[in-house]
Amino acid sequence: MSGFLQLEDLSKQFDGVVAVDHLSLTLQKGEMLALLGPSGSGKTTTLRLLAGFEVPDAGRVIVEQDDVTGVEPVARRFGMVFQHYALFPHLNVGQNVAFGLESLGVRGEELARRVAAALGLVDLAGFEHRRIGQLSGGQQQRVALARALGPEPRVLLLDEPLSNLDPALRERTRRELRELIHRVGITTVFVTHEQDEAFDLGDRVAVLRAGRLEQVGTPEDLYALPANEFVAEFVGRSSSIGVTVLGPGERGMRVGVEGVEWELTDGATPRLPPGPALMVVRPEALRLLQPAPGAIVGQVTQRRFIGTASLFTILTDGGATLEVSGPPRSVSPGDRVGVMPSRRAGGGIHLFPSRPK
Amino acid sequence: MTSVANRAAATGWVLLIFLAWLIAYPLVLVLIEGFRGSHGWTLEYVNLFLQRRNEAQALWGSLWISVVTVALAAVIGVPLAYLFWRYDFPGRRLLGGLVALPAVLPPLVGVIAFLFLYGESGFTSLLVQWLFRLEEPPWRLQGAAAILLVHAYSMYVYFYLFTRAGLASLDGAVFEAAASLGAGRWRTLRRVVFPLLYPALGGGALLTFMTSLASFSAPYIFGGGFRVMTTQIVATRLNGDDQLAMIETTSLTLLALVALWLLRGAREAENPAGGRKGVPPALVPVRSRWLRLALMLLGWVLALVLLLPHLTLLLVSFVPAGTWTTEPLPPAYTWRNYLTLIEDPVRARPLLNSLWLATAATVAAVGIALVAGILSVRRRVLGRTAIQGLLALPWAVPGTVFAIALATAFSVREPLAGRFILVGTLWLLPLAYLVRNLPITSRAVVAGLRALDPSLEEAAASLGAARWRTLRRVTLPLLRPALVAGSSLAFVTAFGDFVTSIMLYTYDTRPISLEILSSLRQSDVGVAAAYGVVLMAVSAAVFAVGADQGSAG
Repeated sequence: MSGFLQLEDLSKQFDGVVAVDHLSLTLQKGEMLALLGPSGSGKTTTLRLLAGFEVPDAGRVIVEQDDVTGVEPVARRFGMVFQHYALFPHLNVGQNVAFGLESLGVRGEELARRVAAALGLVDLAGFEHRRIGQLSGGQQQRVALARALGPEPRVLLLDEPLSNLDPALRERTRRELRELIHRVGITTVFVTHEQDEAFDLGDRVAVLRAGRLEQVGTPEDLYALPANEFVAEFVGRSSSIGVTVLGPGERGMRVGVEGVEWELTDGATPRLPPGPALMVVRPEALRLLQPAPGAIVGQVTQRRFIGTASLFTILTDGGATLEVSGPPRSVSPGDRVGVMPSRRAGGGIHLFPSRPK
Repeated sequence: MTSVANRAAATGWVLLIFLAWLIAYPLVLVLIEGFRGSHGWTLEYVNLFLQRRNEAQALWGSLWISVVTVALAAVIGVPLAYLFWRYDFPGRRLLGGLVALPAVLPPLVGVIAFLFLYGESGFTSLLVQWLFRLEEPPWRLQGAAAILLVHAYSMYVYFYLFTRAGLASLDGAVFEAAASLGAGRWRTLRRVVFPLLYPALGGGALLTFMTSLASFSAPYIFGGGFRVMTTQIVATRLNGDDQLAMIETTSLTLLALVALWLLRGAREAENPAGGRKGVPPALVPVRSRWLRLALMLLGWVLALVLLLPHLTLLLVSFVPAGTWTTEPLPPAYTWRNYLTLIEDPVRARPLLNSLWLATAATVAAVGIALVAGILSVRRRVLGRTAIQGLLALPWAVPGTVFAIALATAFSVREPLAGRFILVGTLWLLPLAYLVRNLPITSRAVVAGLRALDPSLEEAAASLGAARWRTLRRVTLPLLRPALVAGSSLAFVTAFGDFVTSIMLYTYDTRPISLEILSSLRQSDVGVAAAYGVVLMAVSAAVFAVGADQGSAG
């Protein structure tokens, strides 16, 4: 299959440490892809390989059937917004935005017109003569975006685009950013370590760990059908507990957990052979009740109020820690409770092979 | 490997070879030639060195003078820095501006100012003699005490600046934290402030020690019978004992390198020019009336002591030749000394010489430092550690040593061995200034490049700017504060240089410092002082421009 932007089997090591490991991804024109992962997962290196700041040890980067793997950043025509924006502090806003256009030989009135257009795009019309130091963080971010989009690059790369903004501003900026990029229709790859951001901005999300692609898909897919334990735990809230797979039952998979038997009706990976396994559970897939037969028993150790519900941390008698959501004041720390799968777990319970010891 | 990386690697090798030839090779030659006699290898000169009592005395003199200088400079500089950082008292701002004044006096100029001020026919001794109707001058400014006096005056500034920088990087909240944990003022100082200042103090100590070890002007003018190794080397060479001078040179180099090794931790200390900035604590106003009065008095005395050398120099520069003998103040004044500097071609020549020598050496040093900095910080070429090491080496090695080394290496014509005859030509002195400037400029460039976010250059590249355009439009403008700071310091050092000049100058390249010396020998104190004032004024102006540009960035 061929898309607009292809990463083919990219690998990169730094002094023997693997940063990116046989990574392949394909983007359609106008698609927005999030690279999501913890620090050290290789997401930033991947972005730098795309920008041309690093040369891969193996693999190719292809845009519109054009192999740009060995092309210098100067000639690549990929726009980039840096984490700290990297605006030139000695140039004013207009000169910053003009910088890339001048590289293309744009001069005179045409230059002024296109600088104004780029600034208009990010709602900063008339800001040409401001100094960078006079701008707020949000405005700097938008200037960086205008500067990158000015020369009409083939691909837009964003390195943690919102991490430098204060939380109050972040959500609004995120919305504006998504709207702008869709309006421009540019193919975009961005890096983030925040799941909210990835889900909100990305048409698809690629989850990376240790340089490897763990899963790529729409946010809904990642949440409902995580490919493995890492994705299940990294994306969304969850807790995990060791179980024993007993075999298929009438309505679903039967598992033994802390001396009781649960029959998981949906979401569970059906093909696990009987034996030890790991169960990863979303908080909303469990419910609290009085200690009763068929329920795991434990003690409430913590309650966190999150608005419509509370998250309760339960230390089970078997020594596992589970996070369960429930009505805000249903139980208090110190109470002994039972835990059961909620009646509509809705794909919130997943079974994975046991972690190798 | 891309072609860009290849080109960087090739440039790196060329640079490495050039620096090795210019900096390391002459030092190695000195080391070797000390063991070469007329009939091949010999230990004759080493034995001579070991047998002579005055050699050991000179080496010991260098060592203990330097140790005591460090102690004196610390005792003056550290409390002063703390005082300015923590307390508010009358005259704080004015005095704060004066504290760094000794820095605008090149070493030789400071020494002659002291001579005019405290020497046996200087103002203070004449004043005392006149007041008490003494037959003889009340003291002689000579020997170790005189050297230490000059050293303490000129080098406390290092401790002051390093301590200020160290304190500036402290967060004022540490005082509040210590107080909230029940620590009194002294316990806070001893347990919190001092330990946090160790790196800065180490940096100040190292710089002071190395400068003192390399000090030449003060012992040369005031030493009398008291020898330190730098003056001993010059004396030996003047006697024509070249080989012995080389052994002496090697011994001084070893002493410097051992000191550097012992204080190696301090090299990590931050450069007072850069560094992080903490939130300074609120100044504590001094409330006690008596304490305020005492501080004010101390402040004025200090200001006077600091300013006297400069004022003395200015005053003496207006004294006509041969008019001032035993009066406490000169009886006559004239502009003639300054007019001579401009009108008399023989007098004007050293000014022009120093100007072009220092300019050429500084421009070259900045150029080399830029190439080396970009190659080692940005391109990270192979051999970058060696390049940076070579660039830093002239800082650790006394100027006298480099003068001998260059004079040795470039007194023979052996093109295949990379040796040419430069002694007696126009080229040796600027080359020596260049070598001595390299550590200053390269340190500034490296610090500047490290502080410069690499993504700025990457941003330029991703916006389609080619290498030269990125350099011209982004890197150089942003490095300007560092470049200006480094080059102004380098220029001032070269402009006032005495220690290398005295060994390498020719009649055609004689710099200001040598002309000051010869005017002094001809008892033409007015002209000597006028030269000194010019040096001082140019240094001050260059520093002022440097500080202005540096802060504007």
